[in-house]
Amino acid sequence: MKAVAIKFLNITGMRWGIPLVKLFSGEQVLQQLKEIGKTIVAPILAIIGFLLIWSFFASQITTSLGRLPGPVAVWQQAQSLWQEHLVERKKADEFYARQEDRNAKRRAENPGAKISTVEFTGKPTYIDQIITSLKTVFMGFTIASLIALPIGVICGLSKTVMKAFNPLIQIFKPVSPLAWLPIVTMIVSAVYVTNNGFFAKSFIISAITVSLCSLWATLINTALGVSSVNIDYINVAKVLQLSPTKKTFKILLPATLPLIFTGLRISLGVGWMVLIASEMLAQNPGLGKFIWDEFQNGSSHSLARIMVAVFTIGIIGFILDRVMVELQKLVSFEKASL
Amino acid sequence: MIMSEVIAMQEPEEKTISEKIMLDIRNLTKIYPVRGGDYTVLENLQLNILKEEFISIIGHSGCGKSTLLTMIAGLNCISGGQILLDGIPITKPGPDRGVVFQSPSLFPWMTAMENVLLGVEQVFPHATKNDRINICKYYLDKVGLENAFHKKASELSQGMQQRVGIARAFALKPKILLLDEPFGMLDSLTRAELQNVLLEVWNKEKITAIMITHDVDESIFLADRVIMMTSGPKAQIGDVLKIPFERPRIRKEVIEHSDYYHYRRHLINFLEH
Ligand SMILES: Nc1ncnc2c1ncn2[C@@H]1O[C@H](COP(=O)(O)OP(=O)(O)OP(=O)(O)O)[C@@H](O)[C@H]1O
Ligand SMILES: [Mg+2]
Repeated sequence: MKAVAIKFLNITGMRWGIPLVKLFSGEQVLQQLKEIGKTIVAPILAIIGFLLIWSFFASQITTSLGRLPGPVAVWQQAQSLWQEHLVERKKADEFYARQEDRNAKRRAENPGAKISTVEFTGKPTYIDQIITSLKTVFMGFTIASLIALPIGVICGLSKTVMKAFNPLIQIFKPVSPLAWLPIVTMIVSAVYVTNNGFFAKSFIISAITVSLCSLWATLINTALGVSSVNIDYINVAKVLQLSPTKKTFKILLPATLPLIFTGLRISLGVGWMVLIASEMLAQNPGLGKFIWDEFQNGSSHSLARIMVAVFTIGIIGFILDRVMVELQKLVSFEKASL
Repeated sequence: MIMSEVIAMQEPEEKTISEKIMLDIRNLTKIYPVRGGDYTVLENLQLNILKEEFISIIGHSGCGKSTLLTMIAGLNCISGGQILLDGIPITKPGPDRGVVFQSPSLFPWMTAMENVLLGVEQVFPHATKNDRINICKYYLDKVGLENAFHKKASELSQGMQQRVGIARAFALKPKILLLDEPFGMLDSLTRAELQNVLLEVWNKEKITAIMITHDVDESIFLADRVIMMTSGPKAQIGDVLKIPFERPRIRKEVIEHSDYYHYRRHLINFLEH
């Protein structure tokens, strides 16, 4: 039981809970209390301090949208966003129930009748927007990985290719998503002309922009990893006369996996960060658009709602990072790494 | 007239010797290009190693032992001269030369079995999967890992990892085994244990072996001949000591043999000059 709890806390990144579990099981009470002071009490104090300073400044600053919202106002908006979501869901459920009713009746009257189902078209709720953002970032991240991994491996294998690609990588790496977006928009508009495609245009534009910004970390780390594989491993591969494919898949890639995951982790972080900006401009219905709309909207709740979005973005970013760390641990073969 | 007679007299004997030679190193030279000119590590080194012979090489650190071994393995290019393995010049690395490195260099993401299997698959591509696994099991068993077939290499101790390394090299059924200080990183107890393991497997297989070591006792216990290399640059074979102890050898008997300290002194004298 205790072991399970500790393992759970470890994996979820809530290591601060471990001393609590140990305390309740009566293990080295004094030491656990000290540990709790360090890992739980101190951060809580910091957060309380932050909230106090925030409320203080909030009460001092008045913007064109009224008083700067403090923690309480933000919390209220978070709740109201959740309520709106529930209301909208209920509407949708009722809509589908009515439609199902109607269709059932029509079928009863005339079994051969053509029955059409209509999608509910309410406005996307905050939760829908979070989900859109997540989908977009994963799409962008997947595209980025599919491009970066093979090129990274090839760069790592051949010094010549590496030298050839290096200037391009160095030049494109620091470019901001805001610079890519107009170009991507024009290209996607020119190439992706269907109006009822599987993906919305804004979705594709945001996703591609995310990949353009996030693929570099994976590319560089993969190349670095492949080119710096332990020379003994390479020698063993040579002695065994492994074929190039066998060498790549049985030795180079597994040996590089930890570094590849470091790259992927950075890529996902960068992708999540630039996503908001590109959604704002591309009008992809995600968190970025939510912030933009609230900003344009300018109601008295807008600032508080934007702050809810800030916290949401931060917390989701943190969770994504934890997931990557855990995946990295799974593939890493060196026991003591990380 | 007289010349041809001499040659005629020598010929039959030479032939039998050349048939017995597994490794023939002729005028071997190695030059590393370094800043400020070339560094000649080995110059005109000559060495013959017979089939089924166990050779140890000792010499000061940096004299070029690893260089010599990696050249035999084909992992290091030859600057001058030739190395013939069973009469054929060496040009590139291959599984006919099993190498055991100083660090075990197993693939940590594979199990002990998979590590050995990787080589066996290359050497016996036409064997059935079952046969290959049985070969791996046989050698892992021989090196005392019968309970660790499916342990990840990263979970094994250094000594166990090096056992896998030995099994991996033997399982290739190579013409020659090349061992570069394979026990250098182990504590003395484990080292003695592994020397026994190595000798046991070797006694069965009688694969020609070359082993680099810094340990005088190890070289005497294991080898038929101890090759002493002069210090570099331009290192050569300085001296050769035959160790005629009977095989299979038992450590206690070797150490207590009346000639043991004579051999030991010979080697230490060489190293101290
Ligand atoms: N790639 C290289 N480039 C330049 N010099 C090298 C290279 N490899 C080895 N050397 C030099 O060649 C000499 C012989 O090296 P080598 O590794 O063969 O020595 P060694 O006898 O195996 O030493 P040790 O007993 O310490 O392992 C050393 O002086 C070393 O500095
Ligand atoms: Mg060496």
